[in-house]
Amino acid sequence: MATTTTTAGAEAEDRIAVASNWRLVWWRFRRHHLAMFSAGLLICLYIVVLLPDFFSTQDPERTDARQAFIPVQMVHFFDDGKLSPWVPAIVGKRNPVTLRMEWAADPQRKVRIRFFAPGYTWRVLGLFETNLHLIAPDDSSVRIFLLGSDRLGRDQWSRIMHGTQTSMTVGLVAVALSVILGVVLGGLSGYVGGKTDTVIQRLIELLQSVPTIPIWLALSAALPRDWTPIQIFFAITVILSLVGWTTLGREVRGRFLALREEDFVLAARLAGCSRMRIILRHMVPTFVSHIIATSSLAIPVMIINETSLSFLGLGIRPPAISWGVLLQEAQNIQTLALAPWLLIPGLVVIVSVLAFNLVGDGLRDAADPYSN
Amino acid sequence: MTRYIFKRLLLLPLLMVVYSFVIFVIIQAPPGDFLTAYVATLASSGSSISAEQIEALRQQYGLDQPMIVQYGLWMKHLLGGDFGLSLEYQRPNADLIGEQLGLTVALALFSFVLTWAIAVPAGIYSATHPRSLGDHVLTVVNYVGVATPNFMLALVLMWVAFAYFDISVTGLYSPEFVDAPWSLARVWDLLGHIWLPALVLGIAGTARLSRIMRANLLDELNKPYVVTARAKGMKEWRLVLRYPVRLAFNPLVSTIGWYLPALFSGSLIVATVMNLPNIGPLLLRALVNQDMYLAGGILLIYSFLTVLGTLLSDIALALIDPRIRVEN
Repeated sequence: MATTTTTAGAEAEDRIAVASNWRLVWWRFRRHHLAMFSAGLLICLYIVVLLPDFFSTQDPERTDARQAFIPVQMVHFFDDGKLSPWVPAIVGKRNPVTLRMEWAADPQRKVRIRFFAPGYTWRVLGLFETNLHLIAPDDSSVRIFLLGSDRLGRDQWSRIMHGTQTSMTVGLVAVALSVILGVVLGGLSGYVGGKTDTVIQRLIELLQSVPTIPIWLALSAALPRDWTPIQIFFAITVILSLVGWTTLGREVRGRFLALREEDFVLAARLAGCSRMRIILRHMVPTFVSHIIATSSLAIPVMIINETSLSFLGLGIRPPAISWGVLLQEAQNIQTLALAPWLLIPGLVVIVSVLAFNLVGDGLRDAADPYSN
Repeated sequence: MTRYIFKRLLLLPLLMVVYSFVIFVIIQAPPGDFLTAYVATLASSGSSISAEQIEALRQQYGLDQPMIVQYGLWMKHLLGGDFGLSLEYQRPNADLIGEQLGLTVALALFSFVLTWAIAVPAGIYSATHPRSLGDHVLTVVNYVGVATPNFMLALVLMWVAFAYFDISVTGLYSPEFVDAPWSLARVWDLLGHIWLPALVLGIAGTARLSRIMRANLLDELNKPYVVTARAKGMKEWRLVLRYPVRLAFNPLVSTIGWYLPALFSGSLIVATVMNLPNIGPLLLRALVNQDMYLAGGILLIYSFLTVLGTLLSDIALALIDPRIRVEN
């Protein structure tokens, strides 16, 4: 008995001894249950990013003034103890005093819903057409509002799905740009040193002491009015990453400075490796995991910034949909008192940012070889 | 020490020149100039302006000159304390900014004090009671605090106060004090209102700072000198406050450098949502209405506050950490 455990222990040690760095990081990351759960959540969100229409129940731009401010219709899965999903039908009555439509669930009438059912037609990744949706009402002439509707009678559920596509992509693209800028400029600064280093360091200091939000606002206000949503989208990501790269640039420079004096770099140089090969093949791999952890913590910051800019009306602009654009609808406190479900996009922001932060923390711990 | 501060102070005007140029380029970027927007505003309000007046204004701002000359003129006016005229308000920009600058700085500083007053004790508690229920609760609050955008928190608070308690939490004064002259009662009223936006503004920073405090203190608490002091029978709370807390403070002070500036620019969002007298909403309106000299003036003020915040933090760090003083 004792011998088997020792061999098992020795085997495990052998496994660790020969495992690649990535495998070790993965083993450590797997132990963070919260981080694993969050990673799963993020994967789900990025599936929505790829196929927002599949998850929508209707066209996000479809308006109907007669169906404004419809409250959340809860999905019920069971009917009389049998599996048969439905949402309660909504009936409106005009209040004789305020002349405002007041909506209430009609417990007698049930709208049957189906999963993986046909709805409006959409294009899968712009390639081919389909009308398959995750959720659709049985009777296609009825509109269902799983998360209520806004002041123009647009379906919030479908709009959140499309907003997810924009907001999650902004974060990813802005961070990707920051990483490229940070690694190239930080690497140059740390490896070349001298005048290049001084210039890049002064630039970083200058950018880091910029009042970020006011300058971002001024830059996005300067964007031409006639740009297409795609152009605006890329301009906003560039604006956001303008300051974002500096933190990473500093860290990469610090790593390069420290590594430059290491024996293995000297050995590579003596062996006749070119400068590019030393940087890419010998130095960069030692801190790639660190860069990944840092950038996964930068994505949520970008998402919050994009949401804030769009909320103030100077980020992503309608008709493009992002979480910030959706939250603009919740700006008026009277509207909010009437339709509190307009705050739900904010909840989505919080959950996704939380997930990114947890995954980032988990990755950072896993990438650190000295953590237990 | 004096030399160090002096050197940093010399850098300040240089930085401001760089910023002013960048800002000028940005506010210049949208098509049309100050005067075309001005004439359009006048026309929409029904009044008109004579061709001579337009020409006079054009010369005053040098709008017929190349950009670099315009920039020089702008700087010349700025140095004389002339921030130009606001299109929308038809008043000198200096007056508009001056009215709200005091409260802008007050909000950020108040939020700063509040942040530290909450974050430091919370961090100490978490570090001295690791893995207790209180520590876990604080951890969850911290994570959610970092993940919640400022404006979202402001919206939720305003909505709850309005819908469930029927009170309005917008503005910085009770209605009777809005236009009242300064008095003790007005200051008191301001203090009664400012804490909520200050808290909203500082929530993410509070969460972050208390995490830093917790991590630093946890590292210190494991060190042999703590064990020695404990073995010698020193009272626990006195021991913690006397030595490890003071050491754990240094990294916290170094965060002032980015935190104070972040509060200045972050107050823009909170002030816009909660409708506070602040240069933030003023900037937003100026940008939307292409009131370029007002926007430029406010952006300059923001840059100045940011640079000043960084400077203050460097001085504070040099004061408490002898190593930095020696280096310089």
